[in-house]
Amino acid sequence: MAKKTASIKDSYDLVVIGSGPGGYVAAIRAAQLGMDVACVEAQLREGGLGGVCLNWGCIPAKALLESASLAHHVKHDAADFGVKIKSYDLDIAAAVNRSRQVSDRLTKGIKFLFDKNGVTSILGRARLAGEFDEQRVISSREALEMRKVPEKIVIVGAGSTGMEFADVFNAFGANVTIVEALPHLLPLEDEEIAGVVARSFKKRKIGVKAKTKVKSLEKTDTGLKVTVEAPSGDEVIECDVLLMAVGRTPNTEDLGLEAAGVNVNDQGWIDVDEYCQTGIEGIYAIGDVAGAPMLAHKASHEGMIAAEHIAGTQTHPLDRGNIPSCTYCHPEVASVGRTEKQAREDGFDIKVGKFPFSANGRALTAGAPDGMVKIVADAKYGEVLGVHMVGHSVTELLAETTLGRALETTVEEIAGTVHAHPTLAETVMEAALATLGRAIHI
Amino acid sequence: MATRIVMSKLSPTMEEGRVLTWLKEEGDPVESGDVVVEVETDKATMEVESMGSGVLRKVLVPENTTVPTGTVLGVVAAADEDISSLLSGASTTAMTEAAPTPSARIEKEPAVEAGPSGTEGPSSASAVETVTTPAGDGGRTKVSPLARRMASEQGIALDAIRGTGPGGRIVKRDIEAAAHPHATPAAAPAAIDTGTGVPYERIELSQIRKAIARNLIQSLGPVPHFFLTVEIDMGHALQMRAELNKSLEDSGAKIGVNEILMKTAAQALLQHPNVNVAFAGDYIRRFRRVDIGLAVAVPDGLITPVLRDVGSKGLLQISEEMRSLIERGRAKKLAPEEYQGATFTISNLGMYGIDEFTAVITPPAATIMAVGATLDKPVVIDGSIQVRQRMRVTLSCDHRAVDGAMGAEFLASFKGMLENPLRLVL
Repeated sequence: MAKKTASIKDSYDLVVIGSGPGGYVAAIRAAQLGMDVACVEAQLREGGLGGVCLNWGCIPAKALLESASLAHHVKHDAADFGVKIKSYDLDIAAAVNRSRQVSDRLTKGIKFLFDKNGVTSILGRARLAGEFDEQRVISSREALEMRKVPEKIVIVGAGSTGMEFADVFNAFGANVTIVEALPHLLPLEDEEIAGVVARSFKKRKIGVKAKTKVKSLEKTDTGLKVTVEAPSGDEVIECDVLLMAVGRTPNTEDLGLEAAGVNVNDQGWIDVDEYCQTGIEGIYAIGDVAGAPMLAHKASHEGMIAAEHIAGTQTHPLDRGNIPSCTYCHPEVASVGRTEKQAREDGFDIKVGKFPFSANGRALTAGAPDGMVKIVADAKYGEVLGVHMVGHSVTELLAETTLGRALETTVEEIAGTVHAHPTLAETVMEAALATLGRAIHI
Repeated sequence: MATRIVMSKLSPTMEEGRVLTWLKEEGDPVESGDVVVEVETDKATMEVESMGSGVLRKVLVPENTTVPTGTVLGVVAAADEDISSLLSGASTTAMTEAAPTPSARIEKEPAVEAGPSGTEGPSSASAVETVTTPAGDGGRTKVSPLARRMASEQGIALDAIRGTGPGGRIVKRDIEAAAHPHATPAAAPAAIDTGTGVPYERIELSQIRKAIARNLIQSLGPVPHFFLTVEIDMGHALQMRAELNKSLEDSGAKIGVNEILMKTAAQALLQHPNVNVAFAGDYIRRFRRVDIGLAVAVPDGLITPVLRDVGSKGLLQISEEMRSLIERGRAKKLAPEEYQGATFTISNLGMYGIDEFTAVITPPAATIMAVGATLDKPVVIDGSIQVRQRMRVTLSCDHRAVDGAMGAEFLASFKGMLENPLRLVL
């Protein structure tokens, strides 16, 4: 089935199946460690190394969100900044084209890195892309190539994927309703943080229905009738398109896992140890197939750890308690560690420090006063149990505290570190000060 | 201009140092380059010079006091200069003056360990760093801020802990393991309590003793053992025992070999009190009494009855008391204080025909003696071969508290007394 490229041998030191952010990183790391490596990719699209992340996930979605952000400014506050725009067109097809270009550039980058490191890529046959224009019920993959804005869209699932598409379609003028079965938007995030996003969404007229389940779907001549079960009773929402943004499925099928004796558990995940080894010697599993959280950066680090373990180099198990999580809707959401609720449930005596963007100079200059940083710290030792952020560029702001947690920094060190002024990062320092009762600017 | 005298970081492993001797007194004039104070590091004794001239205005750290690197030891300034700001800031705030450089006279190891590029050498930066952190941990120990704080709050000595983080960094889990030593073997117990009330003298750990303890625990585990074996001629001791028992025939009493060994060990320990010790984390207990445990096999294991103050007891008394202890031990009727807290232990497997063996130290003791069988062996004495009754004993020592030479000297006395048992009555 695989369309083999020129010099494919019968055996390699390491064969990586899949070239997503786990697979390609593992392949490069293993090559760095002197292994003869091949990476097999059943392409998602022509030339498409990089898996879902680069082709149909993180990267193209963030490219669209940049378009959405720009559209938002043009529509709402460019004039406040002194930039008056007399007329404009929102062209989602152009936005989609740009997002595809960004994907292409990065997937080609992986091919370059493979060549540079001597990794053999073995490519499978490309799958044909379907026609989605007529389709009413779509997944994120189809949504990434929607070149026409639906008038009304219902998004099922308010996790990061659902939230990001709600943001994009709202910015391009669609009437968006987001439906979530759990009690609040971004159900895995801190409730208070999710509340800030919910208020922003409502302000932008995005319909938000929490504790609501889809009961039935009915196709009509003009679109869809979605019946939902809300706390207040059943409701019918009419729309053109329904986007399912609920969960992701690990691609563990058709890999011959059973024949190899690799154990796949009830959730569809491959059982692995702390160094990503399966029960079968010589077979490792990383990324989505190795269990939650199904995040690209977790996969990449597992790829490095597995490659290093295979090579017998010193390596450390992944700290599963310190995997950051980011959502790129506006305002952005970023977090690492325990939420306030989880910390209390885990029996910690905690101190919570918060600092709002409205009291931060850099946030105000950026016209982004909606946001906050919240640090959950252990009351006795000052351990940073969790950090939760919402606001402009917080996905970039989070890294400081993730590193801090990896180094077992306490709130004292964060509070005592000089942060440049004016920066958004000062909000992290102020939140740390706030856990100690010493915040300055509030 | 006022100058601070600082306990500088003089080697990469140095976390603290001890002020040994002030060579100047308060009020003495000091020239730049004068040696002001002698300090003891983990490697050597070193002299600290003043970088400024004036008068030694203030001695902040008295002699025989151990302080973290970076601590201000004293202030040199002009006689009439106001140094109050220096004094008030000495323990809490950053300082701006350069710390004094140590002079080159060193007793054991050269000071060039202070870092090739000078980055780890004495500097105001390193002093600032440590002055502002809690006492007891210098800049060079790799320890996470969280682990440092937890250790400080829980009173756990960082230098007794082996870090399991990247590059041996001490991290949270290491402190948790040290706080609950049975949960994971990652770290050694920080301190051990005998719980028996044997009176002891607290011997502060010298810097070199701390370095030995820290290094050995990293290579060998919680109690770093080493072993010393010696072969002893038992002819005279056995002959003495036979004569004693003959004289005791009427009384029904009987002296065993083990009692002779216990008595001899007690005498030797009294001569070598440095071996009658326990390592207690941040100091050594040198016991003022010799309490000897004797390992006794019981059907389902082992019990070690402890005879108190063996040094003050005669063979007959030892024999009688041990008989009672062993009988009650086999019947499992010993109270905890009768089998815990030996300062020295003897394990004798000679009756099982074992030639020699090594025994494992039971904390908190620092030693255990493994006794093999007494065998007839050909020995060269004065150029001719004779058959003698020879016994091999092996002393296991906790290297954190007892060094090879200390153990060897003790064994030499032990052997000498057994080979000339009349000395026991001296």
